[in-house]
Amino acid sequence: MGRIQLSQVSKVFGDVEVIPPLDLDIEDGEFMVFVGPSGCGKSTLLRLIAGLEDVTTGSIVIDGSDATTVPPAKRGLAMVFQSYALYPHMSVRKNIAFPMKMARMPQDEQVRRLEAAAQVLNLTEYLDRRPGQLSGGQRQRVAIGRAIVREPAAFLFDEPLSNLDAALRVGMRLEISELHKRLQTTMVYVTHDQVEAMTMADKIVVLHAGVIEQVGSPLELYRSPQNTFVAGFIGSPKMNFIEGPEAASHDAHTVGIRPEHIDVSSGSGTWTGTVGVSEHLGSDTFFHVTVDELSQLLTVRAGGEVDLHYGDTIHLTPNLDHLHRFDERGLRIS
Amino acid sequence: MATKASRTAARMMISPAVVLLLGWMLVPLSLTIYFSFLRYNLITPGTNPFVGWENYYWFLTDPSFKAAMINTLVLVGGVLLITVVGGILMALLLDQPMWGQGIIRIMVIAPFFVMPTVSGLIWKNMFMNPVNGIFGHIAQGLGVEPISFFSQIPLLSIIFIVSWQWLPFATLILLTALQSLDQEQLEAAEMDGASWISRFFYIMLPHLARSITVVILIQTIFLLSIFAEILVTTNGGPGTSTTNLTYLIYVASLLQFDVGMGSAGGVIAIILANIVAIFLMRMIGKNLDA
Ligand SMILES: Nc1ncnc2c1ncn2[C@@H]1O[C@H](COP(=O)(O)OP(=O)(O)O)[C@@H](O)[C@H]1O
Ligand SMILES: [Mg+2]
Repeated sequence: MGRIQLSQVSKVFGDVEVIPPLDLDIEDGEFMVFVGPSGCGKSTLLRLIAGLEDVTTGSIVIDGSDATTVPPAKRGLAMVFQSYALYPHMSVRKNIAFPMKMARMPQDEQVRRLEAAAQVLNLTEYLDRRPGQLSGGQRQRVAIGRAIVREPAAFLFDEPLSNLDAALRVGMRLEISELHKRLQTTMVYVTHDQVEAMTMADKIVVLHAGVIEQVGSPLELYRSPQNTFVAGFIGSPKMNFIEGPEAASHDAHTVGIRPEHIDVSSGSGTWTGTVGVSEHLGSDTFFHVTVDELSQLLTVRAGGEVDLHYGDTIHLTPNLDHLHRFDERGLRIS
Repeated sequence: MATKASRTAARMMISPAVVLLLGWMLVPLSLTIYFSFLRYNLITPGTNPFVGWENYYWFLTDPSFKAAMINTLVLVGGVLLITVVGGILMALLLDQPMWGQGIIRIMVIAPFFVMPTVSGLIWKNMFMNPVNGIFGHIAQGLGVEPISFFSQIPLLSIIFIVSWQWLPFATLILLTALQSLDQEQLEAAEMDGASWISRFFYIMLPHLARSITVVILIQTIFLLSIFAEILVTTNGGPGTSTTNLTYLIYVASLLQFDVGMGSAGGVIAIILANIVAIFLMRMIGKNLDA
C-alpha cells in the first residue's frame, strides 16, 4: 500500500516561498514523475514527502493516516539519493542490510531479503566490496537495494540517473521501470529530464517555480498541454511557438506546432524557408529552418535520409490537427 | 615527474633543502649521542672520560625514571582522551546552526594562541590557587574545603591545563572533518531508521576516524615534550609526581649539571618517541588506506 495525498502543502525557506500551497494525490502502485527545470522545487517537494523537511503549511497523508509530523523513518518510505549516499566505510552487504539492522529484523530474514535483493540487482558478486570499488551503475543498484529490502510503502527517487553516462542511463531507466512492474509499489521519481519522465511515468507532474503546471499521463501532456510552459517542456525537440499575425489568423495569441507535425517538401507548402543547421540522428533528421513568411526559426522533423543541405530552400506545411492554441496568459484554448 | 630528466631535475632542486635538514638534525643528534657516553659534569670540570653505557645505566635505574615514564604516559594518554572526546563533543556542538557562529568559533580557538607558560601561570594563580583562585572561591561559597590542586591532584591538574590548551586544536580539525561529511549520508541513515546515536556511531564516527588519527598523531608528538606547564606550576613535584621524561632530562642536565646523564636521557627520549611514531604511523597508514 502506498497512497500519498498532499493537501495545501507549502514550503518557505527564510522569506522565499519555494513551494506555494499545492494539492497532489499519488495513487497506490503509481509511477509518478516530478519533472521541471533545475531549481523549481522538485527535490524540496520530494523531501517534504520523505519527511526530511518540515512542511510550512498543509498536511501529508500516507495510506490514510496523517504523516505530516511523523519522522522520516516511520513513514515507511525509502529514498534513493542523487549522490547515492552510500556509507563509504561499509561493504555493499552492510550497506544494504543497514536499514534492516536498524529495524532489528531477525538475522535469517535479513539474509533472505539481502540475497533476494542482490539477485534482482545483479550484485551477488560484489557484496563484499566497498562502494568506492564499484562503478556508478553498480553504486546506483546498491542504493536501490538498500531501499528495496525495507519493503517500503513507496520509493522516492531524486534524480537517480543524473550521475550516470548516457548509455548506462538508458539501461538503468529500463531496470527501474521493470522493478516497478515487478514490485507494483508506488514510486515517486524526480528528474529534470523530460525524456526520462515520458518514458517511465504512469503520471507526470510538471513543476515550474514550485507550482504544478499540469498533471497527467505522458500522452495527455504531449497531446494537450494546458499552457505554453508544459507545451515547451514536454517533447523533444521543443515545440515551435509562433506569435503575431499568423497566430491571430488562428484566433490565438500564440500557436504551437511540434517539429514532427510539420511536413517538409521541396515542391510546395504553406511556408517557404531556408535550411540552416541540421541534426542527423539516423532515424530522424531535425532541420532548423528560417521561414520567410514568419521571419523566425522553426525546427522541423524529416525522415532519416532526406537529402537537404545548408542554404537549400524548402516548403513547410503545418498539420493543423496538431496545432496548439494559447491565449495571452499562455493558457490553452480548446 | 614522469620522465627521467624531470626526476633528476626534481632531485637537484630539493637537494639543498635535504642537505640543510640533515645537517640541522644530524649535528645536534651526533653531539647528544657523543655526550651521552662521557662523564661530563659541569660541577667537576676537566677531563671528560669516556664511560660507555654508564650514563644510560644510571639514568634507567634511577627510581625517578620509572616515575617519569609512567607520568609521561598518563599525561599523554589523559590529554589525548580528554581532547579527542571533548573535541568530538565540541565539534558536534559547533556544527549546529546557531546565532553568532563565527565569533563563537574564534573564541573556541583562542586558548591555542596562549603561550604555555602564560596559560600555566594563569591557571595556577587565577583558577587553581586554593586561597585566591576562582575554584577556591567557588568551593568556599559552596561551603566545601577548597582543593589544593597542585599538592593534592598535581598530575591531574597538569593534564587539565594541557587539555585546555589542546582542546581547540582537536575541535578545529574534527569540526572541519564533520563539516565535510555528506549530508545526504546522514539523511539516508535517518530514512533507514537510524536514531541519532546510531547515526553518530555508524556514520559520523567512521567518517571522523581519519581525523581522529591525525589529531592523536600530531598531539602525541607535542605532548611527549610538555615542559613549560610543569616548570611554571609544580616544578615536577611534589616529589616526582609531575616529572615527565622531558622534565627529568632538564633536572639531570641543568639542575644537577650532568650533561652526560642529560644526553643519555635525551637519547632514550628520542628512541621512545620513535617507537611511538612508528606505532602511530602504522595505525595511521591503515586508517588512511580505507
Ligand atoms: N535548505 C534550503 N534553504 C534555502 N533555500 C533552499 C533550500 N533548499 C532548496 N532551496 C531553494 O529552493 C529552490 C528549489 O530547490 P530544489 O527543490 O533543490 O530544486 P530542484 O530539485 O527542482 O532543482 C531553489 O531555489 C533552492 O535554492
Ligand atoms: Mg534537485
